[in-house]
Amino acid sequence: MTGLAAVYWKELADHFSSRRFLFIIGLIFLAGLSATYVAALSIRQELADNPEQPFVFLRLFTVSGGVLPPFLAFIGFFGPLIGVILGFDAINREQAGGTLSRVLSQPVYRDAVINGKFLAGLTTIAIMFAGMALVIAGSGLRLLGTPPTIEEIWRIGIFVGLSIIYVAFWMSIAILFSIFLRRTSTSALAGIAIWLFFAFFMPIISGVLADTIVPLGQQPAPELMVKHDNTDLWISRISPAHLYNEATVIDLAPTARNLGPVLITQVQGLIPTPLSLGQSLLIIWPHIVGLIALTAIGFAISYLKFMKQEIRVP
Amino acid sequence: MATIVETKNLTKAYGGLIAVNKLSIKVEEGEIFGFLGPNGAGKTTTILMLLGLTEPTSGSAVVCGFNPTREPIKVKQIVGYLPEHTGFYEELSALDNLWYTARLNGIRTEEAQKRIEESLQLVELRDVANRKVETFSRGMKQRLGVADVLIKKPKVFIMDEPTTGIDPDGVHKMLDLIVSLSREHKITVVLSSHLLQQVQRICDRVAILVRGRMVAMGAVDSLGKEIRGRDKYIFELQLAETQPAILDAIKTIDGVTGIEKSGDLTLIRSVADVRPQIARKVFEMNGSLLHLKAQDYALDEIYMKYFRGAA
Repeated sequence: MTGLAAVYWKELADHFSSRRFLFIIGLIFLAGLSATYVAALSIRQELADNPEQPFVFLRLFTVSGGVLPPFLAFIGFFGPLIGVILGFDAINREQAGGTLSRVLSQPVYRDAVINGKFLAGLTTIAIMFAGMALVIAGSGLRLLGTPPTIEEIWRIGIFVGLSIIYVAFWMSIAILFSIFLRRTSTSALAGIAIWLFFAFFMPIISGVLADTIVPLGQQPAPELMVKHDNTDLWISRISPAHLYNEATVIDLAPTARNLGPVLITQVQGLIPTPLSLGQSLLIIWPHIVGLIALTAIGFAISYLKFMKQEIRVP
Repeated sequence: MATIVETKNLTKAYGGLIAVNKLSIKVEEGEIFGFLGPNGAGKTTTILMLLGLTEPTSGSAVVCGFNPTREPIKVKQIVGYLPEHTGFYEELSALDNLWYTARLNGIRTEEAQKRIEESLQLVELRDVANRKVETFSRGMKQRLGVADVLIKKPKVFIMDEPTTGIDPDGVHKMLDLIVSLSREHKITVVLSSHLLQQVQRICDRVAILVRGRMVAMGAVDSLGKEIRGRDKYIFELQLAETQPAILDAIKTIDGVTGIEKSGDLTLIRSVADVRPQIARKVFEMNGSLLHLKAQDYALDEIYMKYFRGAA
């Protein structure tokens, strides 16, 4: 276990002293804080008009202040970038620099290296999100003047957990590329390419595929439209970005009750009350499991490949 | 003396390419053993197999009583490895790099402190220990690599091309360092090189590898003798004025087997050291002697025979 601890602490120190990481984290803190600030201003406006509102605190994360997108959207967008930055050169940089063969010639098991790197990345992500959530909650407390309820704290906790898993997924993909691709620039570009694909092209592709699978005529029947939208949704869910977006929206906006198309007849007579924490969790449980599974698969492939890899650089 | 490294029919194939072909060697405790051979001869692959960093396709290796494939951790605890392109974390100081190695080896803080001091002292890098490695020359990095290995106090020190790419002064320091590790610190050294001229000075024994096969093994001296066969000596003779009569007279000396011309020099082959007789003949015939020297056991010949012949 000494090997694992040594690698873990070294990597953790590296992350927190690396300039590119400090730069991106500064950028995201800044963006997040300004988004929260603008959101707080608009929430204050609403509170002045109508003081009896549930889950005011959570809206700090989800409300868009008009000029800036909400904090949630920032993380959904920038999260993958953090993951890629943490992992894209994890292995191939050490291979090219010759440090990998030196480390592996020490009495440590080979998996200590990759496990240590992954755990250090995970810790970094966790510290970052916990810090960010605390800063936002703190400033929200000052700006809004209302403390969060216990349920809101739970929901924020779940949001932090989801974000950690989401970024960990991207980090595991980046580490995977750093094992399969010899050059750090190639692996960085590959990671960014996948990110762009899921962020921009996946919604287009899912729409086109849904149109092909369930073609809508001139005046489609409502059932057909529901089927079409559901198909679109299921295809989108291949994308971890989509899973994360859905899960965080349900988590942070308790009034959101479902995730697909709903017919007007289905909501007739519905009392628009927020869902309880348990019910919200029930909706997003598959998303959470899915994200964890994707992360685990990414890491498992990296692990196997790394264990079998020839360390010799040709 | 105990055998510390032993391989039996060690073989490694990458797909169809056989990198190491049925290699059987024994390295005794305390000696400096060299793998010599041109690039691509299988030296590095052999070393990686000895360390358990690559699995042999067939055959076996035993290092200090352990099988590197089955018990790599045990082997790595007592065997130090200096790769050809030693890598350090460039943005960290030399000291931080060594500390990382100490932690990877699970050495306690006080003990690690002591060992780091000692090894930096030994490789003469104590004054620059706090500088970032990116400011080091290749020779300095190579010596830092030695310090790095010494932290675990190895019984066996395996070096891959320890002198490649360093300036002559650096090579000199490096070779002296290797000798002192062996003589003063009683560490068995196994090194690989394609620079025969550099390592022949320090190696007790060498194994010559060509295309994965071991073509010769033994002390450099005896390898030279083996190649020359019967004519153990070659003398270089230069006269102010070369007279055929003198050469004819030299031919009659007991033991001389042949004479040939090579530029200004005359090369005299012989089975015994006949320099006094040659000199006497020259004086008797009133020749003026400019130069008479026994040729070293010719590395060039070893090169010619094994390296170039194989290429």
